[in-house]
Amino acid sequence: MTDIPLLSLAIWVPILGGLLVLATGSDRNAPLARMLAFAVAVAGFVVTIPLYTGFDTTTSAMQFVELTSWVPRFNINYHLGVDGLSVLFVLLNAFITILVVMAGWQVIQDKVAQYMAAFLIMSGLMNGIFSALDGVLFYVFFEASLIPLYLIIGIWGGANRVYAAIKFFLYTLLGSLLMLIALLYLFMQSGGSFSILDWHQLPLPIEPQILIFLAFLIAFGVKVPMWPVHTWLPDAHVEAPTGGSVVLAAIALKLGAYGFLRFSLPIVPDAAHQLAPLVITLSLIAVVYIGFVALVQADMKKLVAYSSISHMGFVTLGFFMFNPLGVEGALVQMISHGFVSGAMFLCIGVLYDRMHSRQIADYGGVVNTMPKFAAFFMLFTMANSGLPATSGFVGEFMVVLGAVQYNFWIGFVAATTLILGAAYSLWMYKRVVFGKIANKHVAELEDINGREFAFLAILAACVLAMGLYPFPFTEVMHASVNELLRHVAVSKL
Amino acid sequence: MMDMQTLYLLVPLAPLAGAILAGLFGKQIGRAGAHIVTILGVAVAFALSVVIYQDVAAGNTFNGTVYTWMQAGGINFEVGFQIDSLTVMMMLVVTFVSLMVHIYTIGYMSEDPGYQRFFSYISLFTFSMLMLVMSNNFLQLFFGWEAVGLVSYLLIGFWYERPTAIYANMKAFLVNRVGDFGFLLGIGLIVAYTGSLNYQEVFAKAQELSVTEMAVTGWPLLTAICICLFIGAMGKSAQVPLHVWLPDSMEGPTPISALIHAATMVTAGIFMVARMSPLFELSDTALSFVLVIGATTALFMGFLGIVQNDIKRVVAYSTLSQLGYMTVALGVSAYSAAVFHLMTHAFFKALLFLGAGSVIIGMHHDQDMRNMGGLRKYMPITWITSLLGSLALIGFPFFSGFYSKDSIIEAVHASTIPGSSYALFCVLLGVFVTAFYSFRMYFLVFHGEERFGKAHEHHDHHGDHDDEEPSADHHHGLAPGQKPHESPWVVTLPLVLLAVPSVLIGFFTIDPMLFGEWFKGVIFVGDNHVGLKELAANYHGPVAMAIHGLQTAPFWLAMGGVAVAWFFYMKRPDIPAAIQRTFKPIHSLLENKYFFDRFNEIFFAGGARALGTGLWKAGDQGLIDGVAVNGSARLVGWVAQMSRLFQTGHLYQYAFMMIIGVFILLTYWFNRG
Repeated sequence: MTDIPLLSLAIWVPILGGLLVLATGSDRNAPLARMLAFAVAVAGFVVTIPLYTGFDTTTSAMQFVELTSWVPRFNINYHLGVDGLSVLFVLLNAFITILVVMAGWQVIQDKVAQYMAAFLIMSGLMNGIFSALDGVLFYVFFEASLIPLYLIIGIWGGANRVYAAIKFFLYTLLGSLLMLIALLYLFMQSGGSFSILDWHQLPLPIEPQILIFLAFLIAFGVKVPMWPVHTWLPDAHVEAPTGGSVVLAAIALKLGAYGFLRFSLPIVPDAAHQLAPLVITLSLIAVVYIGFVALVQADMKKLVAYSSISHMGFVTLGFFMFNPLGVEGALVQMISHGFVSGAMFLCIGVLYDRMHSRQIADYGGVVNTMPKFAAFFMLFTMANSGLPATSGFVGEFMVVLGAVQYNFWIGFVAATTLILGAAYSLWMYKRVVFGKIANKHVAELEDINGREFAFLAILAACVLAMGLYPFPFTEVMHASVNELLRHVAVSKL
Repeated sequence: MMDMQTLYLLVPLAPLAGAILAGLFGKQIGRAGAHIVTILGVAVAFALSVVIYQDVAAGNTFNGTVYTWMQAGGINFEVGFQIDSLTVMMMLVVTFVSLMVHIYTIGYMSEDPGYQRFFSYISLFTFSMLMLVMSNNFLQLFFGWEAVGLVSYLLIGFWYERPTAIYANMKAFLVNRVGDFGFLLGIGLIVAYTGSLNYQEVFAKAQELSVTEMAVTGWPLLTAICICLFIGAMGKSAQVPLHVWLPDSMEGPTPISALIHAATMVTAGIFMVARMSPLFELSDTALSFVLVIGATTALFMGFLGIVQNDIKRVVAYSTLSQLGYMTVALGVSAYSAAVFHLMTHAFFKALLFLGAGSVIIGMHHDQDMRNMGGLRKYMPITWITSLLGSLALIGFPFFSGFYSKDSIIEAVHASTIPGSSYALFCVLLGVFVTAFYSFRMYFLVFHGEERFGKAHEHHDHHGDHDDEEPSADHHHGLAPGQKPHESPWVVTLPLVLLAVPSVLIGFFTIDPMLFGEWFKGVIFVGDNHVGLKELAANYHGPVAMAIHGLQTAPFWLAMGGVAVAWFFYMKRPDIPAAIQRTFKPIHSLLENKYFFDRFNEIFFAGGARALGTGLWKAGDQGLIDGVAVNGSARLVGWVAQMSRLFQTGHLYQYAFMMIIGVFILLTYWFNRG
């Protein structure tokens, strides 16, 4: 193992780079800010590559660990490390950041440096969340990451951006305050440790376990988001600029799901088992109820936002099957959803940049004027409806198999996504892309340019690669998932 | 000699390479380039399939992994091939029909702007279908299953400007997804109880599964698995009530109606059940279910063929009905007869569809049979080949369809499982119906009065699509005085090449396929099921069977159907109209296709939209946002409003407040002591 602090680089390269971009100042230097931001994003991704290539798939232990004392008085440490549950998200996050910078290249003409910097800083903070092994460090990153996203929606967002930004902020803040209480309680009980790994081993009676579980459930459930605390997401997506939506869907939603794996399941396993029916029920409601709601959306972004909630329902469902297929399937679904939902929002962004409308009714016959775009959009729409050979299939397939293993009826309800997902995705595609040219605006559309082609092609390659050969993705997870399941099966009472 | 395993791999990859070249570099390689690379790819696949066929015939089979797709939960998810007699037969059928369709497309699509795209799609389809039939595991089966569905979706909607086409393709995909929903659950149950996706490993545990009960529901496990899998087959092979997508799929260009929606893809369900015979054999309940669904499809979809005026829709309903026959054969454990009929049907139905396509070219894209008549004079090759195809379809002795259909009917006759008497009634009456609608079409198109070129009598053949805008383009029809013409050689050559097996293949292959050793060890029939055993005892070669066939009920029913069709549509054309008037309710029932579409449109599509709107408005906006979120926001706002009353910004008021506060505190303090 190398001595280079790779995780620190993954966190601080984008953050410091982001500050550097910020330093380019006003929009007179916008071209410089863009180039610099792109360079930082690429550098940020490059430093994460050794995390994968150097990853030891045989162990469930934390790797690339960094441990330095931070606030000695309260035993708070700068403690980083990744395992099979988290490493892929660091890479995904760094990777998506590059695409986000590319997506904002032309559209954002106002406060360019600040826009780019916000994304870079957020990217670093999110890497911090995925690699923090200290409760306070986690919490700091978790809260801090709210701020850039809040600003992105609030400054570069649509007409109703302030309402959306505040709704987003308050919703998630409510959740994280409960988490803070839980973290402080664990600190007390563990005799003064903020180490998440220590908490994994901490014996707890059932009552506090349940309370802690519920606190985490609200904190992470809001982020995922789970039904019924999901209504902030469609509003946030609709108002956010394209890049904001991409990061929100591809990365931010994964934070909550990741929290379940790092906190809820291993710290309070008995409560997790007892309350599994609750989480499973909420997840299934997300899959079915939200699937129907997505069907009738008139706004493309809202539709994809609801589709995201429905897909994330699969993630939480998979976790609480407590079997390898379910948990690994959920993790695969998270990665895939990063690619697919990111791509869907980028596609909608491509249309929005040209038409300044997200209403399905304003479109029709786009394929006539934008055939290349239509081909990409078809691929991502199919991935969104879980077609085999795309990444969207892998996770859904595994979770459904895991669910049938757990209980036939849960699998039955979950599998309805096959129909619902196809229905809302294809119906939107039909109305937007197929048909005769609907109006003169559609007739004037220009097909995607080289830059747009580049980021869509990169994502298309990812979606297909993961669909055709998911082995390299799941291989990383095995050891950690098995250890997690073994750990969760042991009572802490 | 090249390694056999490399050959196996090349069979699907050759068409895939063609599809990628034509799809991504269509502009660069041009139209000719596109059809050359794709035809080359499929030709290679066909040639290699012949080589593999000889290898299998020599007794070599293969079952192995190509690569491990994923591992999770102790289960291997693999891509692999199982090459045996069933596989190689399917490979031959798929690649041969596909090759014919590729050649035919050069003529049929010659004026279409999406030429390269079309070739790319049909080659991609060939790849997917080959992956499906060559699979040795359920994962890859599901892959191919959904991939052919995708290509079918793309091709039905090929003319994406036509509202009917893009409605039909979405409908096809969604109805298939309903089937796949069952299919996926079936696979889920298999994985949950056997921990494997590999066919042979699962079959090895079949006996064990048949005595297991499901954990939560208490159902017999194997029956549940088989019915779930069969629901997938009902979607793909268009069995009632999941048949609704197939007639509408005729919106796609005719070559794909022949390739995908007649010869190959729709038979995937039949193939799958035959492949799963070791499982289905152990559940009589599942077999009865299969039998009844198949029999219903065979008869009742045949009836609908009678009232269609669109030439392609007649052939489409005929396909539904024939798929029903195959399903019936599966239900009575005559798997080899089902597969045999699958093969003969692939040839003669592809022929009939391509023949219909040739007629459509000749008629300048008019598909209404009421505007045709007497075409035999103008299109001799199309006429003769269509006649041969029709004779094969109705099961005329010595034609391929005779051997396969007669075997099915005999097997139903011999079967004793519940539902077999209903099935026998359906398949026998179905023979009459098949002959009637086939020759109704034949006479209307090729014989009688020449009705074309009369613009004022142009019937709108899309009248049954009231809910959709009629599509103006692509339906030109012949101008007054214009005559139809025979199609170019790229169109007629495939007709001739398909006519040969349509006539002969049954005669030459019935021996090995039904009564020989060809499917030994691949298709499994339990001792408790009759299957084809009784038939085998009375079988004395194809000639004797055909001669015997002349004396049996099916033959006379078929002849009756032809005779009635001749009488109604050649001799006394006034009779059908009279019958239509007399039995108006029945005619309207058939005209509306038993109201399946209307019901689905209102109940499922409308219901889903209403439910979605209801949940969104009442749930998300009303309850969650309206009451919970904005309610608490309002509460907070109200509290803030109240407290704001005290924060006026006037210094004297603050001072006053402070004084009051101090006064209260002091009072409290003094009173405490």
